[in-house]
Amino acid sequence: MSGFFDIPSDLQHSWAGLIGLHLREALIPVAAGLLLALPVAQLCGRFRRLYPPVLGLTTVLYAIPSLAFFVVLIDYTGQTELTVMIPLALYSLVVLIPAIVDGVRSVPDETLAAATAMGLGPVRRYTQVQLPIAAPAIIAGLRVATASSISLVSVGALIGNQGALGNLLAAAQKYDRPELAVNAVLTMAVLAILCDVLLVLLRVLLTPWMPRGARSGTKSGARPGRFEEAEVKAL
Amino acid sequence: MIRIESVTKRYPDGTMAVDRLSLEIPDRSITVLVGPSGCGKTTTLRMINRMVEPTEGTILLDGADIQRQPVTTLRRSMGYVIQNAGLFQHRTVVDNIATVPRMLGWGRQRARERAAELMERVGLDTALAKRYPYQLSGGQQQRVGVARALAADPPVLLMDEPFSAVDPVVRKGLQDELLRIQEELGKTIVFVTHDIDEAVKLGTMVAVLREGGRLAQYAPPAELLSDPADAFVEDFLGADRGIRGLSFLSTTALELTTDPVIPPDATAERIGAADAAHLLVTDGEGRPLGWSEPRRLTAGDIRPDRLLPYGRPFVPGVDSLRVALDCAVLSPTGWAVAVDDAGRVRGVVSQQTIGDAIRTAHQDGRTAHQDGRAGDEKVLG
Amino acid sequence: MNIFDFAHAFFGDSANWQGYDGIPQRFLEHLQYSLLALAVAAAIGLPVGLLTGHTGRGGNALAFIANAARALPSFGLLVLVVLLIGFGLLPVMIPLVVLAVPPILVTTYEAVRTVDPSPVDAARGMGMPESRILFQVEVPVALPLILSGLRSAAIQIVSTATIAAYVSLGGLGRYIIDGLYQRDYEKVVGGATLVAFLALVTLVLFWAAGRFTVSPGVRRR
Repeated sequence: MSGFFDIPSDLQHSWAGLIGLHLREALIPVAAGLLLALPVAQLCGRFRRLYPPVLGLTTVLYAIPSLAFFVVLIDYTGQTELTVMIPLALYSLVVLIPAIVDGVRSVPDETLAAATAMGLGPVRRYTQVQLPIAAPAIIAGLRVATASSISLVSVGALIGNQGALGNLLAAAQKYDRPELAVNAVLTMAVLAILCDVLLVLLRVLLTPWMPRGARSGTKSGARPGRFEEAEVKAL
Repeated sequence: MIRIESVTKRYPDGTMAVDRLSLEIPDRSITVLVGPSGCGKTTTLRMINRMVEPTEGTILLDGADIQRQPVTTLRRSMGYVIQNAGLFQHRTVVDNIATVPRMLGWGRQRARERAAELMERVGLDTALAKRYPYQLSGGQQQRVGVARALAADPPVLLMDEPFSAVDPVVRKGLQDELLRIQEELGKTIVFVTHDIDEAVKLGTMVAVLREGGRLAQYAPPAELLSDPADAFVEDFLGADRGIRGLSFLSTTALELTTDPVIPPDATAERIGAADAAHLLVTDGEGRPLGWSEPRRLTAGDIRPDRLLPYGRPFVPGVDSLRVALDCAVLSPTGWAVAVDDAGRVRGVVSQQTIGDAIRTAHQDGRTAHQDGRAGDEKVLG
Repeated sequence: MNIFDFAHAFFGDSANWQGYDGIPQRFLEHLQYSLLALAVAAAIGLPVGLLTGHTGRGGNALAFIANAARALPSFGLLVLVVLLIGFGLLPVMIPLVVLAVPPILVTTYEAVRTVDPSPVDAARGMGMPESRILFQVEVPVALPLILSGLRSAAIQIVSTATIAAYVSLGGLGRYIIDGLYQRDYEKVVGGATLVAFLALVTLVLFWAAGRFTVSPGVRRR
């Protein structure tokens, strides 16, 4: 009864099922956040005055505890996955906008001038020059967003079993089985690390021109370590 | 005196940076280490202040092994100037310069006064004292770097490609400034560069190093140019080393003639008596006006606007043979005009005569070098 | 009713401004937890980051530790620690410190490591001892980045210190947790607003700290 993988039946999922659920609740918001962040970042890149207020606003938004978001959303979307996913998408957005803006800004002016001189239009210049060069920065942002998303899903347990692996934490307390909490924490950590490794591999694949093992932050030029500022959100 | 005795630097990966190098660096003069990249010149310099520790061999400073004293004490007795100046961007110009005096325990006021004094010495406007490095041009930053190195009045100055990051015009200014400062202060300077022209211009002695950190030749620049030790040095010096070498030959002994020089009121007889294809006409004060063929000159009616330009004159004893030759080459008549400090003509000299002088100087020089080399070998051996 | 009505109602209620559950009291508690956690995290992260950054060694190990620490879910860690050692301040501090050390450590390391090497070379060449090189040459230049690491850590702590309420301690999380169980949205929104406000104050404080401590030569203004 007290095995590491003995999941209480009231969770209605096997361990593997919880993992699938957790990944879905964590990753869909990141994808949605990326889709939304691209146009917003493009706007911030074009209208530079927009950027500082957007940056300030996003920092404060990021600081609002997810639980508060969940609770307020319950009124609109009920105790559902969506209630967890909407705030997570918002947090991803907040991480990704500065990452993309800085990444696109790190493209040297002379590179852009060369692209323009070769007759590339604005759309092609964006998709063929700016985005690929910004890819390491964007992926650095995705790494932060993914890690925090995976961590935050568990808080969903507090609003009625919407926390996937986080529900194991609630069960651990309910039945006083610390091993379930160990299972939850370790599984989430491993998921986060696996996703991180996949994203790093993706970066290596997408940017064959970069030296292996180069740190994205230091390679982007003017402001080394910029992406360390965006930290994994914990609550 | 700094004595480098059979020093070798081998890196753990097997790269040979410096290979059994022996050098004697004379006091109160500029010794230049020059060579292509990878020749170990910077490594050698950095071994003198122990930024790099040699694998083998010893370096003596005034007879004492530099390993014998604490590394910070050693370094504080040597000014150190590097390529991009390496200024502290968070400190003002005056505080940058005052760094070492402050480290040595000077009071803030005294250190700042000293810094202001040095700013003037290196040709910086003291109005820049409160500026931060990013507000200075590259040349100004480099001057601050030199001032900072001189701040505690160290007897030795180590300079690692200090002027190679600035543009040629600024570089020339900095080089001239360094020579001027050296004349005033008489430091023992070790100067690293990859630019042979800079080496020849600044060095009292020049050590040419080749790849793998071996010494190719150690000689005064004139000797280097006239008598390169091997094909490597010759190649490194470039194609026109002969011409460049003339910079070191004096024009004092150049034989001038006043025969083709005539005053503005020269008589027909004087014009006729001159045995030359062209005559140089001067004004009443003796300053040159221009050249003319004798048959085109009418006594009593010499018109300056009809004369050929005389080009650029040189000052015998001040300008080198290179300048004299250049004047002759540029002159429409093939004759160079020699003037005194006041610009009055002292005489003229032909390309032919300059050529003779060059040959004579080379013959004398060769004998002198051979004597000198015998002496060097004794010291080095 | 929308969020603004909730917030208006919460802050308009004078009862919320008094007593042991009043805003000043909860705010102060939250501030205490946050400062303590930040102090502990800085005491760990700064020295290690400065030392590794100065020597340039151990960067890979640091990146590994930081990534692993980031992968740990704070809420899960809290529940786990409570189950293992019971309630109290310690189970709150552990996840907060684990959360805050990586940004401080990694940013400090990166900040010191990426300082332009030529002034450091010049300083060493003029006979500056290593400790002086670190504190008088590298740190002043690295300061903006070091502060930014401390800032992200501080904001994360402020946001996450909410969990103290989950283990029956005080702080602004009280309003959010109590509001959740009492279905009192005024409290939830009020608590979240206060957390956001504290985050904003943190931002402003760090901005001011930067103005005061970073040399104009580094700020380039």
